[in-house]
Amino acid sequence: MLQTPMSIKQMSAVVRERGGMPSPLIEVDNLRTHFFGNAGLVKAVDGVSFSIPRGKTVCVVGESGSGKSITGRSILNQVPRGGRIVSGAIRYRPDPAQPPLDIVKLDPRGKEMRALRGAQIGLISQEPMAALSPFHTIGNQMVEVIRLHLKMGRREAREHAIETLALVGIPRPAERMESYSFQFSGGMRQRVCIALALSCRPKLLIADEPTTALDVTTQANILDLLSRLQADFNLSVLFVTHDLGVVAEIADEVVVMYLGKVVETGDVDTIFHAPAHPYTKALLQSVPRMHAGGATRLPTIDGMVPSPFERPQGCGFHPRCAMAVHGLCDREVPEPITISEGHVASCLLHGENP
Amino acid sequence: MTVDADHRQSPLLELRDLKMHFPIRRGAFRRIVGHIKAVDGVSLSVNRGETLGIVGESGCGKSTLARTILRVYHPTGGEISYTGRSGAPIDLATLSGPALKEIHRDIRVVFQDPQSSLNPRLRVIDIIGEVLKVNGIATGSELEDRVAELMRSVGLRPEFMHRYPHAFSGGERQRVSIARALAPEPRLVIADEAVSALDVSVQAQTINLLQDLQERFGLTYLFVAHDLSVVRHISDSVAVMYMGRVVEKAPTDAIFASPRHPYTEALLSAVPTPDPRLRRRGRRIHLAGEVADPANPPSGCPFHPRCRYATGICKSDVPPLRSIATSDHSVACHLADNLKLNPFDEYAFAELH
Repeated sequence: MLQTPMSIKQMSAVVRERGGMPSPLIEVDNLRTHFFGNAGLVKAVDGVSFSIPRGKTVCVVGESGSGKSITGRSILNQVPRGGRIVSGAIRYRPDPAQPPLDIVKLDPRGKEMRALRGAQIGLISQEPMAALSPFHTIGNQMVEVIRLHLKMGRREAREHAIETLALVGIPRPAERMESYSFQFSGGMRQRVCIALALSCRPKLLIADEPTTALDVTTQANILDLLSRLQADFNLSVLFVTHDLGVVAEIADEVVVMYLGKVVETGDVDTIFHAPAHPYTKALLQSVPRMHAGGATRLPTIDGMVPSPFERPQGCGFHPRCAMAVHGLCDREVPEPITISEGHVASCLLHGENP
Repeated sequence: MTVDADHRQSPLLELRDLKMHFPIRRGAFRRIVGHIKAVDGVSLSVNRGETLGIVGESGCGKSTLARTILRVYHPTGGEISYTGRSGAPIDLATLSGPALKEIHRDIRVVFQDPQSSLNPRLRVIDIIGEVLKVNGIATGSELEDRVAELMRSVGLRPEFMHRYPHAFSGGERQRVSIARALAPEPRLVIADEAVSALDVSVQAQTINLLQDLQERFGLTYLFVAHDLSVVRHISDSVAVMYMGRVVEKAPTDAIFASPRHPYTEALLSAVPTPDPRLRRRGRRIHLAGEVADPANPPSGCPFHPRCRYATGICKSDVPPLRSIATSDHSVACHLADNLKLNPFDEYAFAELH
């Protein structure tokens, strides 16, 4: 079920509106997702803005506690217990000619959101074993999803499921429909999850660390599979990861997060070769490089990610930042500053009067 | 304490044809119907003060190898020759009772997940102190001083010794694990995926710490990991395992610059490079299929069903591990002399663009 080509009229409407650029599929605007626990308020996502262009891969990178996963879950309007989206907008625009739909305004359990989730926005997570039911065959799980979202009869849905399994490279898909999740290997299980997520041919796939638990060889196969499927279906992918190697391999655009905020966004080449934010720079330097050899010490970032209850004043990164300016970085909250076209960093040192 | 140069070249640990087979039992009488050959004839040596990296996919037997050396398991066959403090070799494979306990002061382990390897109901002073007490190293106030010293050496503040593990972050917990491993002044530390669960910035700190401690205490590391870039950074030599066997062993630079086993080549080609200009999409070697069922291994070379170079001999004969090119580069492949394999070299790829 490929997207129908846009009419000239639709196309020109899009071009007119965005000054030459087609409108993105998703626009996250000043999103705040907070958790209200006994221990206090955790601002897991605190004013995050970025957009996901059509047919492109956006990688959200950050260390644990940066809010990268919760950002992904917020787009699904499926924030874990104890948390909710407090403000902001997630503008979803499946059809560029139509006005966007604000996901934040939808009831997370409502009919509209349930029709979107799984059908137009798919999710693959880190642990495929937890995402699949051990009590139902792969076939039954797939047919259930397909019949829920697409108007298909049992037989048609079954054929559609087999076709999707074949698409993700499951050998003998018709036979494997009768298998249970535990009868697959780790890599094959993740393929089944991808098949499930893509069974209704979504427009957006949220991939939350899908290769972290896999071996490098399997990871390479899954990444290749994702990029092939993306090209086939003109799929937009939001890829959440902490692995900068994976980011370099697959991203079109990168969103770097730290303590619930976006510190830098830009295209992948700019982020890796001309990063503007000290955190991005430090993160890139601390990755062991294959060519560097063992003689050198790895550059590190001092200290550790602060507890979510003890957010530093001013810029969240200033206590660990080698370039922090006393009296500035510990007082003022940095605003996003455009470094160049499409490259934005939230750092006071790039401001008007540093 | 530093290690003098002449000591460096002598092996601290030598494995000779080490085997660890687990029985598969079936039926009402728990009859043995087969064996999983988790470690199947591994011969390796680790020089004093050096780091040997062990890499391979999950299920290749790298963790079982580590545990067998630690004598968590009783090996099915082979020798674990360890050079004791007196300089005399001891075969760990047959050791038991008090002699084995004595060895556990010398050989220590750091596990992957500090969350599950630290008792949540013990304070740090008890976690580290227990090792000192059990081994009769220190008690009372002396113990407290020693714990404080150990905490300082791994970069933790000694004031926090009365805290429980949950009060520490992941990276700090791993430091507690490292301090516990170092408590009885070991000579060999086995790090089983010790930095795999840590965030990038914390991982870098921990790798640096491990290197500093090695320098300071003259430690020998057996570094088991699946992350090849970490292994490249920390190891002096690398052994690549596949289905319970070592398929290639060489000094780190040699293995990355001129791999001689097709499996090593495929493994290296799968590692994502943290540079978008060096994308290797399409240039990666796809390994066909999956790692074979260890209960039912293929005939001949265990890698042959997935190997793109495999010929007739690979299906019938098991290739022995033999030296090639230099004496310290060994490979278990029939075709090693004739294959021209791709190195892992980011600069080579950079020139392509």
